[in-house]
Amino acid sequence: MRQHRLALCKEHFLAWIPEQTERFIKKYRMFTPDEKILVAVSGGKDSLSLWDILIRLGYQADGLYLALGIDGGINYSDKSYQLSEKFAQAHHLKLHVVDIEKEYGHSIPVLSQISHRGYGKPCAVCGLTKRHEMNRIARDLGYDVLATGHNLDDEAAVLFGNTLNWSVDYLLRQGPVLPAGDGLARKVKPLCRFYEREMTAYAIARGIEYIYEECPFAEGSQQIYYKEALNQLENARPGAKMTFYVRFLDAKMKGNLFVENTAPRASLHACSSCGQPTSADGLCSFCRMIEKAKVVS
Amino acid sequence: MTVKLILRDKEYEVKHGMALLDALKKCEIVPEAVIATRNGEMITEDEILQDGDEIKLIAVISGG
Repeated sequence: MRQHRLALCKEHFLAWIPEQTERFIKKYRMFTPDEKILVAVSGGKDSLSLWDILIRLGYQADGLYLALGIDGGINYSDKSYQLSEKFAQAHHLKLHVVDIEKEYGHSIPVLSQISHRGYGKPCAVCGLTKRHEMNRIARDLGYDVLATGHNLDDEAAVLFGNTLNWSVDYLLRQGPVLPAGDGLARKVKPLCRFYEREMTAYAIARGIEYIYEECPFAEGSQQIYYKEALNQLENARPGAKMTFYVRFLDAKMKGNLFVENTAPRASLHACSSCGQPTSADGLCSFCRMIEKAKVVS
Repeated sequence: MTVKLILRDKEYEVKHGMALLDALKKCEIVPEAVIATRNGEMITEDEILQDGDEIKLIAVISGG
């Protein structure tokens, strides 16, 4: 893990991930051990790993699987349901299942066609339906909090997209916790500080069987494009994704985001060597550098 | 013999004796986007690839 300058063996890595998750749960005040958590489970590596971690940490966490009716020639929804159910049974966990077609008469791809939303792709309808149903079930069944498996790459890709578009409203809303209010359940992202690669490693090392195939509609998506671009950046500058996301969160928490800095500028005075303005005592930064260079040479 | 890298339905061949990281770069695969396994066990980027190795690369990116 170059971003942490850390190399761990399998045993310590499997202990480190839950320890760090617990740290983030506390840091961002996501939930407490006496609260009931509903984990949104898709059959993918992140959500199943999240469920696994929360159970290992001793939290009360049930699962929610939404059957979206996506086939794509690979039985995508059926396979992801089977893997989610298998995980729940193996760990004696409760999994709530909502079949969108049974509940609303149409699968996600059909709903997308009928509603003409999303420019020919069902992703917008899928996102809208998932948000609606996750909130409904969390609220109706009395869960205190809804947890999703978003990792740092997911969050950094959203942040990247919102920054490219300067979508200020979205930027101000993005974070590890979306507070409850006005009929909306509290939403939390306990994995938001882990790289996608770390979560894949966790799932493999824990022997979690997850759906490896991508959603058939995800090909060519903007989010994947942003993730690939950020990975190129990460490759050249290890830690770049982490810095991008974490510094955004820090700035937001301190209230520094989009707030004009009205603090008075540090008073400037003339450099004792060149006379140009500087905030430093004595020599300015440039003159200090030149002085240093003289000593070396 | 050489080393085979397998990513989804694509296969790449590299010479043995090089580190995994160098092999990925040679094949123009972004290291951050994959996890490498040999015989089901994860291997690190500094692992030296041996003659006849078959390395399965697991794509880590998901989303939509």
